[in-house]
Amino acid sequence: MHDHPHDHAHGHDHGHDHDNEMDEMTARARALETILVEKGLVDPAAVDAIIETYEHQVGPRNGASVVARAWTDPDFADWLRRDATAAISSMGFTGRQGEHMVAVFNTPDQHNMVVCTLCSCYPWPVLGLPPTWYKAPAYRSRAVREPRAVLAEFGVTLPEGTRIHVWDSTAEVRYLVIPERPAGSDGMDAEALAALVTRDSMIGCGQPARPGVAA
Amino acid sequence: MNGPQDLGGRHGFGAVVPEPETDRFHAAWEKRVLGLTLACGPLAHWNIDSSRHARESLPPAIYYNASYYEIWLRALTNLLERAGEIGADELAAGHALRPGLRPDRCLTAADAPGVLARGGPADRPGPAPAFAVGDRVRTRNHQPAGHTRLPGYARGRVGVVTAVHGAHVFPDHHAHSPEEDPKPLYTVQFDAGELYGADADPTLTVSIEAWEPYLDRSPA
Repeated sequence: MHDHPHDHAHGHDHGHDHDNEMDEMTARARALETILVEKGLVDPAAVDAIIETYEHQVGPRNGASVVARAWTDPDFADWLRRDATAAISSMGFTGRQGEHMVAVFNTPDQHNMVVCTLCSCYPWPVLGLPPTWYKAPAYRSRAVREPRAVLAEFGVTLPEGTRIHVWDSTAEVRYLVIPERPAGSDGMDAEALAALVTRDSMIGCGQPARPGVAA
Repeated sequence: MNGPQDLGGRHGFGAVVPEPETDRFHAAWEKRVLGLTLACGPLAHWNIDSSRHARESLPPAIYYNASYYEIWLRALTNLLERAGEIGADELAAGHALRPGLRPDRCLTAADAPGVLARGGPADRPGPAPAFAVGDRVRTRNHQPAGHTRLPGYARGRVGVVTAVHGAHVFPDHHAHSPEEDPKPLYTVQFDAGELYGADADPTLTVSIEAWEPYLDRSPA
């Protein structure tokens, strides 16, 4: 906390460090953008378009539709196993941070989890931007060493004998977990099934919702 | 580099805090930092490997105290300064004091969606792979001061090649040079006991992607 007298206007009480830090970050981001725009290096409308893409268009519902199709279309599931980049691209999900895709399928004997211990690599075209925890030291340090303890923090308990395979995304290969289709979902169509698929289940940190239980 | 980013297997970072998938950003400035970082890519002063290296080169005390978007903002600022596009005087003033170097490369709003949808594949024509699926390999004790993507927890460990991805841009070289220097890339799988010793989870297997210069053949 700074202790010099404040004579500038405050919109709210600066009661704790967190607010001060947020204000400083807002100021720093704004200053950098101002400089870049004044220099003609950045078009603020392009920044808006990038935000719009990842805030409203590209997100985990893309991946959920891939998973639901894998559950309902065995030929598509085979294609995902052989060439996930092409199979996912055929559904229109392409681009940055999804150039080289691999789909890993959970089975009763093996659970898959995805991490990037070195930064924040994540399959953007199918899952959107990574959640905060995925980029934070707790997940990055522990997922490769004590995944069962991490899963417990997501409320997931696997049977003792289930093997866990953790995929550390150290190159430009990106992983999508295909969770097991939930019991009781027979007869549901792909759209209804996609609603059961959670983002965390496609990272390997959750399970799909059960039919009749809200995701 | 043995920097703050190399987190795999480290102790003491506490509990994971899950969040709803509808949470996309936690402050308006995070959106601008995402957009600025991606919008500055087409200026072509750096590449994905040098930008990762800029983030991991932040002092550890700063890296561990920053949110990820703060790490991005700090690294973006450093990259722009290094490229000569902005100066400390301009950051202090909060305004441009000189013209930009590459305004001709400015990303337009019209082009932005296409650039994002195209992405930037990392596979390249390159040398034939020395290893095949099923080969036993040992990772090298590879500790360059510069950028590398071989995590510390997987150095000097014996694993098995489970996939051959063809040649990909080699980050150890490309982070410090415009040359892409493609090398064969593999997925290598390790038993947790090989990585962490006697206390390891016996049901755990960990895979990394490893470029050929990270690997030696290991006797069966």
